[in-house]
Amino acid sequence: MSLEPTLSDTQLAAFSEALAEGRIDHDGLAADYDADADTYRIETPDRQTTVSAEELPVDAEQAAYISNWYFYTRTVDSEVTWAFCRWLEAAAERPVPDRYAALDAGIEREWGQLGITTTISEDGTRHYELRHVDDGDADATTLTPHTDPFEARDIGTLDAKGRYRPLRTAPSLKQGWIFPDLTADKLYEAVEAFYPATVVNWYREQQGELDVDHWRDEQDRQSGIYNLITVLPDEAVDWAAAACCDDSQCLKRREWQLSDDEPLDAESGDGVFPCREPCSMVVAAGREWAKLEREDTRTYEFELTPSEKAQIEELIDVVADGAVDEIREADVGEGANRYRVRYLREKRVDEQGNLSGTPTDPEDEPDVDHDGD
Amino acid sequence: MQSLVIVAHGSHLNPDSAAPTHAHADTIRETGVFDEVRTGFWKEQPSFREVLRTARGEDIYVVPLFISEGYFTERVIPRELRLEGWDPALWESDGISADTATLVASDIDKEVHYCGPVGTHEAMTDVLIRRAVSVTGDDEVGEGFGFAVVGHGTERNENSAKAIEYHTERIRETGRFDEVRALYMDEEPEVDDVADHFDSEDIIVVPLFIADGYHTQEDIPEDMGLTEDYRTGYDVPAVVDGHRIWYGGAVGTEELTADVILERAADAGADIGDAIARVRQQTKPTTGAVGE
Repeated sequence: MSLEPTLSDTQLAAFSEALAEGRIDHDGLAADYDADADTYRIETPDRQTTVSAEELPVDAEQAAYISNWYFYTRTVDSEVTWAFCRWLEAAAERPVPDRYAALDAGIEREWGQLGITTTISEDGTRHYELRHVDDGDADATTLTPHTDPFEARDIGTLDAKGRYRPLRTAPSLKQGWIFPDLTADKLYEAVEAFYPATVVNWYREQQGELDVDHWRDEQDRQSGIYNLITVLPDEAVDWAAAACCDDSQCLKRREWQLSDDEPLDAESGDGVFPCREPCSMVVAAGREWAKLEREDTRTYEFELTPSEKAQIEELIDVVADGAVDEIREADVGEGANRYRVRYLREKRVDEQGNLSGTPTDPEDEPDVDHDGD
Repeated sequence: MQSLVIVAHGSHLNPDSAAPTHAHADTIRETGVFDEVRTGFWKEQPSFREVLRTARGEDIYVVPLFISEGYFTERVIPRELRLEGWDPALWESDGISADTATLVASDIDKEVHYCGPVGTHEAMTDVLIRRAVSVTGDDEVGEGFGFAVVGHGTERNENSAKAIEYHTERIRETGRFDEVRALYMDEEPEVDDVADHFDSEDIIVVPLFIADGYHTQEDIPEDMGLTEDYRTGYDVPAVVDGHRIWYGGAVGTEELTADVILERAADAGADIGDAIARVRQQTKPTTGAVGE
């Protein structure tokens, strides 16, 4: 590797102090101190040495193991951040020397729409660069630099068009910014600000301790105006999950179901971080749909050409997929083209806004034939 | 290690709703008296359900950035935070005197100190007065001025009017303003007729709301006649029926509100050193009227 791992006096002193208190067993490094002989026994997968205190600045490979121990046990202060940083450098997949070589070149991971690149200094200190995944190839000098992790909150408030993002885990994070060099703790804060509680829930899942609250738990807990979701039919919950929780709408991987033994048919998504209960957006939408689902169906009769029927279906698709802006101004061949839709409105919608002149409520039907009945 | 968790309503529609929560969190973070300051929301992320698991301290202080003691502070928040054994009686409050209750949050299997809302803390009176200063740009404002504290009314929660009356009375007791009145949006005395309730030519109007939104930016300015269409804005002061109306907007956006959050945490036992004094100094408005 081109990286030459070294240990600072501070790191060596911390290592000696830790060994004076007991054995170290960390990530491929095993070490202990023999007080009688005043020697240190250092064992790494490929090497075992016994050295005196004076000989302690050990070789590069052992220095890497020791600086790795120092970074994780002395500079990262929470087990959640610790686990996250290890995931970022794929620590479980390769031993320290290989990892250091890879970190020298930079290890990239994706967390939602965040691209996180971990690099390393010779003393084992990790550096984290954070940017939008779609800015991966951008020259860093063309991106707006940030250092305060809490600025991530403001970056994530509005989308690229200036519209409010009430769901921070929606795949609508704007581009054009960079946090060029964060410490582990500041990286955690920035990720927390972009995608609140995702790291801690991912960590619980890693530990096999993710607490999932299913739809029925959510229904049972509601009060006030949200009590209404208790009457949402079960099949509508599936439609709601497909509508709101799809990867195209939210980057969390939905783990909640109807109940523990009643899975939903909707796709759960492939997100790296889990969704452990219906969020407030789903509950608010569920309340609205509960109101709508109380209506009975009716049979309407509409006059439409086959192309007009297909156009209405295309219009629903384009709006549901958020693709309205992709329709070119003059592409009147597209069903959702503005001119095409305006034409349909002129032709098929009357002055009251009724499709084919058919009133939504039959009672609003012009009372022509029934006079005197 | 001590953590502060500020819980607030937030909004699916309006980014300004959470803005004061974030601003006050930043102010308190800068004092360095808490090892971490977390925020959680009813409508935004992280949710009330998940905010406690983002907090790492041994001593966790939860302060609701809400105006009144009622549905949210007594029922929704404790339920969502999973405070075991919660009962509103633990606050021993008459509707405006909540203090703190220490309970285990089953989400994290740790005790948390659940504080009363900022809106019913006595220090909120100082924030209302501070808003009078910032909206007029006059440190000494008081003489010749009337002061209206505006609330929603009792439509949903009788304690909401109690909080308004409580601060109105406390401002009155300072003797600083010529007249002080409580006005409401949906009951008498109504804010619509603000000029009818004051003799003073200058009237400061401050809604006791946490965040600016539909009520404080659209409803109240139009109802008072400051403007015909909120989208065109309004002057500060604006002249209505021969009175100059100094409309301050939601008091919760006043920077000094951070101080009330600190007071709540301190009342619950948080060690905050001289942070209150520092925040008071730091958030002092520079002179120059807000409306200019």
